[in-house]
Amino acid sequence: MQPPFDILPALLRGVWVTLELTFAAACLAFVISFVVGFGRMSKHLPLKILAAAYTEFFRGTSLLVQLFWVYFVLPLLHVNLTALQSGILILGLHFGAYGSEVVRSAMMAIAVGQTEAGIVLNMKRSQIRWRIILPQAFMIMIPTFGNNLIELLKATALVSLITLKDLMFQGTMIQNTTMRTTETFGLVLMIYFCLAYPLTLGVRWIERRITVGRA
Amino acid sequence: MWDWSFTIAILPELLKALKITLSATVVAYFLACVLGLLIAMVKRTTWKLVVYAVSGVVEFIRSTPILAQLYFVFYVFPKFGLTLTPFVAGVLTIGVHYSTYLSEVYRAGIDAVPVGQWEAASVLNFSRARIWLTIIIPQAIPPIVPVLGNYLIALLKETPLLSAITLVEVLETAKIIGDNSFRYLEPITLVGLIFLVLSYLLSLLVQQIHAKLS
Amino acid sequence: MEKQNDAVKGRPIVRYHKIAKVFGDQQVLTDIDLDIFPGEKVALIGPSGSGKTTLGRLLVTLERPTSGTIEVNGELLWHKSVNGQLLPADEKHLRRVRGQIGLVFQQFNLFPHMSILQNVMEAPVHVLGMSKGEAKEQATAMLNKVGLGHKLESYPRQLSGGQQQRVAIARALVMRPKVMVFDEVTSALDPEMVGEVLAVLKEIAAEGNMTMLLITHEMAFAREVADRVIFMDGKIVEQGSPNDIFVNPQNPRTNAFLSRFRQA
Ligand SMILES: Nc1ncnc2c1ncn2[C@@H]1O[C@H](COP(=O)(O)OP(=O)(O)OP(=O)(O)O)[C@@H](O)[C@H]1O
Ligand SMILES: [Mg+2]
Repeated sequence: MQPPFDILPALLRGVWVTLELTFAAACLAFVISFVVGFGRMSKHLPLKILAAAYTEFFRGTSLLVQLFWVYFVLPLLHVNLTALQSGILILGLHFGAYGSEVVRSAMMAIAVGQTEAGIVLNMKRSQIRWRIILPQAFMIMIPTFGNNLIELLKATALVSLITLKDLMFQGTMIQNTTMRTTETFGLVLMIYFCLAYPLTLGVRWIERRITVGRA
Repeated sequence: MWDWSFTIAILPELLKALKITLSATVVAYFLACVLGLLIAMVKRTTWKLVVYAVSGVVEFIRSTPILAQLYFVFYVFPKFGLTLTPFVAGVLTIGVHYSTYLSEVYRAGIDAVPVGQWEAASVLNFSRARIWLTIIIPQAIPPIVPVLGNYLIALLKETPLLSAITLVEVLETAKIIGDNSFRYLEPITLVGLIFLVLSYLLSLLVQQIHAKLS
Repeated sequence: MEKQNDAVKGRPIVRYHKIAKVFGDQQVLTDIDLDIFPGEKVALIGPSGSGKTTLGRLLVTLERPTSGTIEVNGELLWHKSVNGQLLPADEKHLRRVRGQIGLVFQQFNLFPHMSILQNVMEAPVHVLGMSKGEAKEQATAMLNKVGLGHKLESYPRQLSGGQQQRVAIARALVMRPKVMVFDEVTSALDPEMVGEVLAVLKEIAAEGNMTMLLITHEMAFAREVADRVIFMDGKIVEQGSPNDIFVNPQNPRTNAFLSRFRQA
């Protein structure tokens, strides 16, 4: 391949890691969003406090600090994770904290009349939550989850700083060895754009569909 | 496990580095606020070509990681004769990145100003600039203060990234302390706590300002 | 139309006893004593903010009384009697007693993410444990009864207000409650749709066996359907047969309230 495209294969290996990481962390974050989001709405006070503390902690401390903590400190505590495991774990926990807020506010946005209708029909609290509120709230969550997914994809670049060989890491390596700075970093930016922009368009499309459906 | 005397010994150094973190935050945020407003205003003009160009650039910036942008600004710009210090490259990149977020916030604020306000101002024969400055902006901003404030907090937590372009801010300082002493637990944990406290204080501040305005 | 109170006899199916309700520092209900008998149609009228909705909501446990007791079919709703002591009832007890009551809201509150048929089938399947086939049959029958048999697969947003309210009525009826509360079910409707909903209510009333608490501002309707009319304003001011209340009110407040409708 002609320059600058001769460096593409090496970068694409990084793309694979970036996608793998994004997917795994998104799955983890999705689950955590609901577990913690429901925890925050629980009637059980200790659970509520625990969930709120979790959210505040992961939102209040910087993502990169969290990654460094897992990478530098955990081994001293004899917990050894691979860079990939650390990346998935921290990105999942971090975006799960943001997701829990999405879940909570969407559930609370559903009109009380819906809960009351469920009560009057003698449904159980859990049935009201799962069968009445959640399906409606989920429609509200989708666009925000979509935007968070885009932020997550962008945030994966940080794992290059804990030596995980993602797209950003491959870029810095190639730059280091070839000194072809402009091409390398230019291509890296363009690849990230090609990954993220379709997601942006997808989210907008879904958003439009949902608003049309409501009207 | 946790060494308190070591903690106390390194605290002054971390707090000194915190100044860099805070000044980067303030400068980048100021840039983001001003540029974000400009973007929102430009996007409302009728100059089609300019609107498309600005929108395109905004989409690109929003769709790529800050870290990749930092490397580009810090390492590629010099090739074209624009050498920036890590601090300047850092606040420029983060500021511009966040201005694209803030432009959306401003847009929502401006959209919420009733159309009648524009019409009333036009009837009075105010100039375009005068309408923006004295009618629209004063009404558009107060309702969006909480959201603008949340972006300040988010931006603060973005600054450790600047360590990647050799700026010795608070996280990089912690790492250097760790490299030298082989003790990472205290410095990195401390940095996490510092961010937690700062985020909390800033959120209180934002609440106060919002309460004052409304 | 002379309907006699002594036509309804036996044990009351609903009994409010010394009920008070306070919201914050506002006393909304004071010393409510009210017995409703099986099959009786009771119309509840009164000015806005007089506590009519609150009285209805207490019966379906959407509000908790500040003091006093409510009995449904001889059983305490909010309390459990253990060794002669009244203890707050648990959720299980509430659900069992509440199962006998249905309520239709002013604002319909249909489930927007479910089709009309699903709206009506939801509770029979998931609360009563009915099979899907059985529930579908009953739901369809009920929707036919309210004149919406042809809309089974539509979604609430595709229906007019009057149609939505009729679905809400079917959704409540399919649970076979002994007592139904209708809380101003026509107030949120455009005038041209009021008739179709009132017609459904009259049909249910005509069947005779359903106990109905009708909260309403439709005086002509109340007069036609009710066995007893209650005028309230924080407490029960006056009650009697439709004739007593509408033709011959004893209390000046009742008279003042009704005169507004006479002029209209
Ligand atoms: N959840 C609540 N919290 C505080 N106040 C309430 C609540 N629900 C009702 N109220 C107050 O209680 C009073 C009685 O309300 P209610 O809805 O029972 O009246 P109503 O007779 O049904 O009136 P309307 O004819 O307007 O429907 C009103 O002043 C209302 O503001
Ligand atoms: Mg009412």
